Amino acid sequence: MASYPASQPGSKRHTLSVLVENRPGVLARIAGLFARRAFNINSLSVSPTERPDISRVTVTADVDEVPLEQIIKQLNKLLHVLKIVDLDPETTVERELVLIKVAADESNRSDVLEIVRLFRVRVVDVNPESLTIEATGAGGKIDALLGLLDHYGIIELVRSGAVAMSRGPRALSEKVIGSEITGR
Amino acid sequence: MSPTPLQAFSGVTKSAAAHQKHAVTEGEKMTGAQALVRALEDLGVKDVFGVPGGAILPVYDAINEDTDFRFILARHEQAAGHAAEGYAVATGEVGVCIVTSGPGATNVITAIADANMDSIPMIVITGQVGVNSIGTDAFQEADIVGATYPVSKHSYLVTSAQDVPRVLAEAHYIARSGRPGPVVVDLTKTAQNEEMYYSWPQRMILPGYNPTTEAHGRVLTTAAKMFQRSFRPVLYVGGGAVRSDAGDEIKALSDLTGAPIVTTLPARGIVSDDDPAVLGMLGMHGTIAATGAVQRSDLLVAIGARFDDRVTGKLEAFAPGARVIHIDIDPAEIGKNRTADVPIVGDVKTVLQALIPQIEQLHAEYGKPDLSSWWKLLDKWVEQYPVRYEEPTDGTLAPQWVVEQLSEAADPNTIWVSGVGQHQMWATQLIKFRKPHQWISSGGLGTMGFGLPAAIGAAVGSQRYFNGDKPVWLIDGDGSFQMTSEELATAFLEGTPVKIALLNNSVYGMVRQWQTLFYDKHYSATILHEEDETGLVGCPDFVKLAEAYGCVGLRARTKEEAIECIRKANEINDRPVLIDFHVWKDAMVWPMVAAGDSNNNVTYMPGIKPLLNPTGDVRLDDADDMDGAAAADENEEN
Repeated sequence: MASYPASQPGSKRHTLSVLVENRPGVLARIAGLFARRAFNINSLSVSPTERPDISRVTVTADVDEVPLEQIIKQLNKLLHVLKIVDLDPETTVERELVLIKVAADESNRSDVLEIVRLFRVRVVDVNPESLTIEATGAGGKIDALLGLLDHYGIIELVRSGAVAMSRGPRALSEKVIGSEITGR
Repeated sequence: MSPTPLQAFSGVTKSAAAHQKHAVTEGEKMTGAQALVRALEDLGVKDVFGVPGGAILPVYDAINEDTDFRFILARHEQAAGHAAEGYAVATGEVGVCIVTSGPGATNVITAIADANMDSIPMIVITGQVGVNSIGTDAFQEADIVGATYPVSKHSYLVTSAQDVPRVLAEAHYIARSGRPGPVVVDLTKTAQNEEMYYSWPQRMILPGYNPTTEAHGRVLTTAAKMFQRSFRPVLYVGGGAVRSDAGDEIKALSDLTGAPIVTTLPARGIVSDDDPAVLGMLGMHGTIAATGAVQRSDLLVAIGARFDDRVTGKLEAFAPGARVIHIDIDPAEIGKNRTADVPIVGDVKTVLQALIPQIEQLHAEYGKPDLSSWWKLLDKWVEQYPVRYEEPTDGTLAPQWVVEQLSEAADPNTIWVSGVGQHQMWATQLIKFRKPHQWISSGGLGTMGFGLPAAIGAAVGSQRYFNGDKPVWLIDGDGSFQMTSEELATAFLEGTPVKIALLNNSVYGMVRQWQTLFYDKHYSATILHEEDETGLVGCPDFVKLAEAYGCVGLRARTKEEAIECIRKANEINDRPVLIDFHVWKDAMVWPMVAAGDSNNNVTYMPGIKPLLNPTGDVRLDDADDMDGAAAADENEEN
């Protein structure tokens, strides 16, 4: 039943939200588990949350169902991991921030700006030879934008990795047993 | 001062400010090193194994005549770790060892990995360089927390003395609770020297650690119903049942349901071999009855077992007709290798205590399933296929015969320990085990060299908890033994009268067996000594080696000598004894399932594959015939 590597061509995209104790070394432990099973991570973002004692790791990866279930169980065994969910795309808001430096000069700048307007994204830096665009959105929108800009020449690109949370009034951290983790 | 690399990227507090915020001023003032020793005392730790070194010196300085625990000085850190493991298995307590940074810590990693695979509760305390040197490639520095992530249950890097007692309390709790395992506490020299205020007990902060011990309602009812509908049930019992101390419950469940008991290697002895329900070990070198029972079962009850490849052989062909109830405290084990029809997460002992009354109730209402045709088959297997062996052709002893003699002559309370290799398989097959916690062996990791240090640990445990009334016999091979033979010094000087039966065949026997069977007898790098070439009795001469360490050394080349040596060894209780049995190098472990092959293809003795012959001597019902036929087809494909 074990399958290696966990990420195969055609594997479905999953977004995992992992609540962890805000402590040093936690990310290394998590990353180690993914690496062991050859789990191809598309993006990873780590940030503080509404609770100072808890950090949130968002992982997106193309991975098969069975190894994923096993990896989630193993992640749960890590003492610093408090809660894991495999977010359902139907009930989840997912966003990503990208910065794109496009090779745009006076000859085609207006064309690029037209795309910027269409996508309701922003220009954050202009230079005679380039335009830097800031865009946020779900993965599909970003990919579409990049597809259009590719034609002009992308000099530099950075993506923050997806962040996601479920819709509705509940917080994931509500499910964490115990009160604030203090006293360290 | 700018932060060191580790401070910048991982984890060391960048300034003292964070700690000053929660400055503690209540309690007894002492150093972090003293706090460590005090915390171990307060945890009730009675025996500690280890080797000192530069980065752990303050801790060793804090150990003195007034310290409540005994300190056992090993000769190698790996051995200190294995000794702590042997101690833990023999006593059920948490094993503790203290070693230094860098090479001391890397040496102990083998023992950590071994304990992790076999779920042995252990705390490993390693020294670490001062906090300002971390990440600078300082002398004897190694990132031991980083190195042990994948092979430990949990690990701590302690940089502040004030954290020492809390970390020790947590480490001890984590090591022994849930699925037990090794916990690493890496203690910087700074934290050892720093002053702190000691108080006890400590409040543990473990929000992410909530092991499930009790099963919840519905699964137990479903499991009980499945017993009711099963006519070929098997209890497949693993090391988890030993850790949970569930021997009585396993026996009760078997008595109640009539199900046979088959065990994995570490669970041998969980129920006495005198009990007719015990069919022995299953899997690669398991008995025909045990392996056959599982292959033909309609209900497989895995209890604290993890479907290891040495047990299952080819997974798809393992217990093909069985529904599976899987009881394990570790949720990650359930469904890992085999889908469970009824997954039960919980402590084995607790779960069985809750399950048994439910089955009793169903029996009262609907009666007990009739297992007589099942037992007719099992009894036939037991009778027809006992573990057998070929007699040596070169005048040496049969190693299997030696093991039988050892078992026969030994005190029933004996704790048996083994290294890893053929001797380990013969020990598990041929020793008559009577109680749990009397069999200590490296199962999951298969660590050669495990035997002697583990035996020393077991002997220390026997002295501490059983008044020394449990003698310790180590059955080891010459290859395995030589990986940690320096511990004869520890055994002698610490007064642990370990009895060592060295099955000396001058080869790496298990590897040689595979070379014989699968590599055209190309004995590449497996011959350790040839008497014809050196003219020596051995290299080393193990009798002289034992004597050099102050132990008694005996040699047995004939059956008469062997029996006499065993008698003598059983009488010596004031020092370690080693018997150098010269055994046949071509002896083989049978039965055997080749790695990755289906268990149905188990070879009893060369050329005999009893499970492919369902219509032979044993008359089976139609369903079984079909199983057998399917297995035969599969064999042809292979």
